[in-house]
Amino acid sequence: MNALVRQFRDFFVSLNLTVALLILSLVLVFVATLDQVNLGIWAVQHKYFRSFFVFWRVPGSDLALPVFPGGYFIGGMLLVNLISAHAYRFSLTWRKTGIQLAHSGLILLLIGELLTGLLQKDSSMRLEPGETKQYSESFLENELVLIDHSDPKFDEVVAIPETLLAEKGSVQHPKLPFQVKVKAYYPNSTLEMGEAPASANLPAATAGIGARVHLSPLPMTYKPDERNLPGAVVELITPEGTLGTWLASPMIGMPQTFTYQNHTWELILRFKRFYRPFSLTLLKFSHDRYAGTEIPKNFSSRVRVKSDDGRDDREVLIYMNNPLRYGGLTFYQASFEKGDQVTILQVVRNPGWLIPYVACVMMGLGLVIQFGFSLTGFIRKRSAAAPAS
Amino acid sequence: MKKYLPFAALIFGLLYLLSSLRPAANMTAFDLAGFGRVPVLVNGRIKPLDTVARTSLLTLQGRQRVSTPENSAPFVHSPVEWLADIFFNPAKSDTYPVFKIDSPEVLSLVGLSEDDTRITYESAAKRTMAVLGFLPSSKSRFSYSQLRDKLPEIDRQARLVEPVEAQVRTPFQKSVVQLRERVILYVELKTAVQMPDSPDFLGELHLFQSALPAGIQAVLAKQKGEAHDTAALKVMREMADRFSYMEQLTYLRLVSPAADDTDATHWRPMGTALLDSFGTGAIDPTALNYAKLGRAWRTGDAAEFNRLVAALHDAITPRYPAAMQKSDVEARFNAAAPFDSSMTLYVWAFLFGLFSWLLWPQQLGRAGFWLLGLSFLGSTLGIFTRMWLEGRPPVTNLYSSALFVGWGAVLLCLVLEKIYRNAIGSVAGGMIGFATLLIADKLSLGGDTLEMMRAVLDSNFWLATHVVVITIGYSATFLAGFLALIYIFRGMFTRSLDQDTADALTRMVYGIVCFATLFSLVGTVLGGIWADQSWGRFWGWDPKENGALIIVIWNAVILHARWGGLVKQRGLMMLAVFGNVVTSWSWFGVNMLGVGLHSYGFMDAAFYWLVAFVLSQVAIIALASIPLEKWRSFRPKAA
Repeated sequence: MNALVRQFRDFFVSLNLTVALLILSLVLVFVATLDQVNLGIWAVQHKYFRSFFVFWRVPGSDLALPVFPGGYFIGGMLLVNLISAHAYRFSLTWRKTGIQLAHSGLILLLIGELLTGLLQKDSSMRLEPGETKQYSESFLENELVLIDHSDPKFDEVVAIPETLLAEKGSVQHPKLPFQVKVKAYYPNSTLEMGEAPASANLPAATAGIGARVHLSPLPMTYKPDERNLPGAVVELITPEGTLGTWLASPMIGMPQTFTYQNHTWELILRFKRFYRPFSLTLLKFSHDRYAGTEIPKNFSSRVRVKSDDGRDDREVLIYMNNPLRYGGLTFYQASFEKGDQVTILQVVRNPGWLIPYVACVMMGLGLVIQFGFSLTGFIRKRSAAAPAS
Repeated sequence: MKKYLPFAALIFGLLYLLSSLRPAANMTAFDLAGFGRVPVLVNGRIKPLDTVARTSLLTLQGRQRVSTPENSAPFVHSPVEWLADIFFNPAKSDTYPVFKIDSPEVLSLVGLSEDDTRITYESAAKRTMAVLGFLPSSKSRFSYSQLRDKLPEIDRQARLVEPVEAQVRTPFQKSVVQLRERVILYVELKTAVQMPDSPDFLGELHLFQSALPAGIQAVLAKQKGEAHDTAALKVMREMADRFSYMEQLTYLRLVSPAADDTDATHWRPMGTALLDSFGTGAIDPTALNYAKLGRAWRTGDAAEFNRLVAALHDAITPRYPAAMQKSDVEARFNAAAPFDSSMTLYVWAFLFGLFSWLLWPQQLGRAGFWLLGLSFLGSTLGIFTRMWLEGRPPVTNLYSSALFVGWGAVLLCLVLEKIYRNAIGSVAGGMIGFATLLIADKLSLGGDTLEMMRAVLDSNFWLATHVVVITIGYSATFLAGFLALIYIFRGMFTRSLDQDTADALTRMVYGIVCFATLFSLVGTVLGGIWADQSWGRFWGWDPKENGALIIVIWNAVILHARWGGLVKQRGLMMLAVFGNVVTSWSWFGVNMLGVGLHSYGFMDAAFYWLVAFVLSQVAIIALASIPLEKWRSFRPKAA
């Protein structure tokens, strides 16, 4: 083996690297926790943990410098370090089973967390009493949808994701007989009555509700209990010319409709939807309190689950610490609205959810074996030494 | 002679502990102890009035004693006597100084000048002490009468603060909001039994009772549109206004449900019970008894008072035997204050252990060990009583976590001391036990520490597994840190750290770190599983989760640095001390961020203590980086 390869090997299998990586991860977690106050939990995950480097934006410029290794980098290095160290020092002895089991558990946990980062999708489902829904809605993302209602058998829906709106270009789609030109887009905004002040320099909406209200941009919010409500001004352009300019915002309750070539279309900017092959109906939401107080004792939602293929049609009770796992999703009781009438369920898709359970058992067992060996060794030594002293 | 020292210490400790268990005696002819055991439904829990009195006083003024600095004799003999005064004789209780105000800005807001706050001591000795700063030179507790004129202004200021988020409020804003909350609590207690303005509420009720039949008839007639007695109607309306004022203003549900009703939600405040008389045509007997108690208290009729207290007990005991039993035990538990006794004994254990390194190692060491065991026994009894009262695993809130962190650490210390017999366990245990109980004592100022569990946390299984395991992880990490402190201080400042002791300490720290790693890791992962069960994700980078993770990582750092030979004895100790920083941040620091699903307690004053603790630990680590040959214990022996 040549010297360079050996150097590489020694670097990757060394305990010094382990200690260095652990300290780096500790600093990363600490700083990320502090930064949650500013950025909120979602942005922090993105910036610190689900990234290779943590970037720092030089104030007053667009220049971003990598200042610290991110979660993927540290986690990846730890994984390499762990696997190579174990492969290098591997020996099949009883004394080592504990340490090997614990570290295998850790490897599994790191891989599981990576999978979760890549595959987990969170959304929420808001149900009024008696309401049935076949979709859940995104916490963060929105979409501009155009719906053609003219066929009585089905609706033609074209959804334009928010990322495309943010680029402020033109969108053309084979299902759309017109072009959608994004004239303005704000990641967070509110609606105000009347015309926009001239100083705001907003493109005017000419059709729909846009003639009576205008958008007012807001700074992005990162608070855990608030969400950004985007706003957009879009113009629909046909080969014959413009159809008009619409204002779109999730705050507009009613869909805005228009007709083109005898087809009636709806235009809505809404929370991004994820459709499922089954539906949930809220039968009853209950909010129990402790006697004589407002302290919540329990929240629960009785729902009916009905699958499209007709195999499932049953009632389920979702309550605190007891979610419904169905169709690869987990539904848990997240919140409620309107004086204990409306339930809000969080919907999570995480195919790797079982991995931590397995990893936990491996790590716990491994450590018990390892420290058990140390302890029995210590006790034996002491009892051997005791008569002498 | 010195042979008997450990036994003497044990006997004295035991007597001290037992003496706290004796039932509370009545200082006057009034059966206040019995009054304190009367159960009442508050914040979702049936508890004795004694607890209401104590927690209210703690919330109002940070201590249970009602007194002024000038006068050594307190205004009342017990918290429950104060409660009786505020319930039945508010004119008197309005003069007791029970509102703690520290902020000078709030003091000037309520118009209290230096003349009002200055303390003039009678004796010259006390005056000198005050000048030297050993006694307070200005008052910080004031009476309701002193505040009365400024109540509208306090309310207005507090309303101005309301839109400001709790985290960004200035000290003045926090103090003024706190003062208003205290005033509200006080007024709520004042209106719990009677209208505070009524000179004789019982007389009022008697009049009401006799006017009730005619009044009800008048109301019914008016509803039907028939001719009715307008005077009787007017009386009814006035009384209804008074009772609904009482109903709205109190949170104490004093009146138990009707005899055939077992639904705990039907405990009623006095005002509601009185309003219900319009439907039933008669005043509820319990409500009437409370009003009678008031007259007996004001007129000083002890025999009548005691008879009524017994009647209240007799009315409730057969119907709620379990609640009544708990109420009795809780009142006894309050009076025994096992954690206070433990705190004292921990100090003694610490001192005996410490002196055993200088003198009579065997005898003093054994005495320290036994005292540590006794204080542990006291804490254990206290924790078990709380568990039984609450029907919960030991850790349910920040307060009980402080109790349990200390308990776990002391248990480990007892094991260490049993094995090594070198008093290190006693010293570390005494120190941690005392410190954690002191923290718990500060945390108890927020009100009743036996709270109902909010929905997310309402799971005995997870409280018993995840929370207990992770809290033991905290205990062990702290213990390793404190053992390292002992190593550093003994090594640096004394000659007592010989090679054997140093090696023993190293083995202890290493063993405890292993233990801490196991428990914090398993606890953290169990927490992840709970999160997966209840929120649908294993790990969400929530601050509390991150805090737990940091402890695991730090313990792993210590172990790997040791295995890799990166650190030797001294390095291990320095790393272990930093474990104190990491654990205290995870325990308290993350709660101060005020974000995340887990943040269950937000504290301000604690923040400065946390910073001070962290700085002290960092300073000790810096101190330990002085080369070993400069340490007193390791200095080459002078030839």
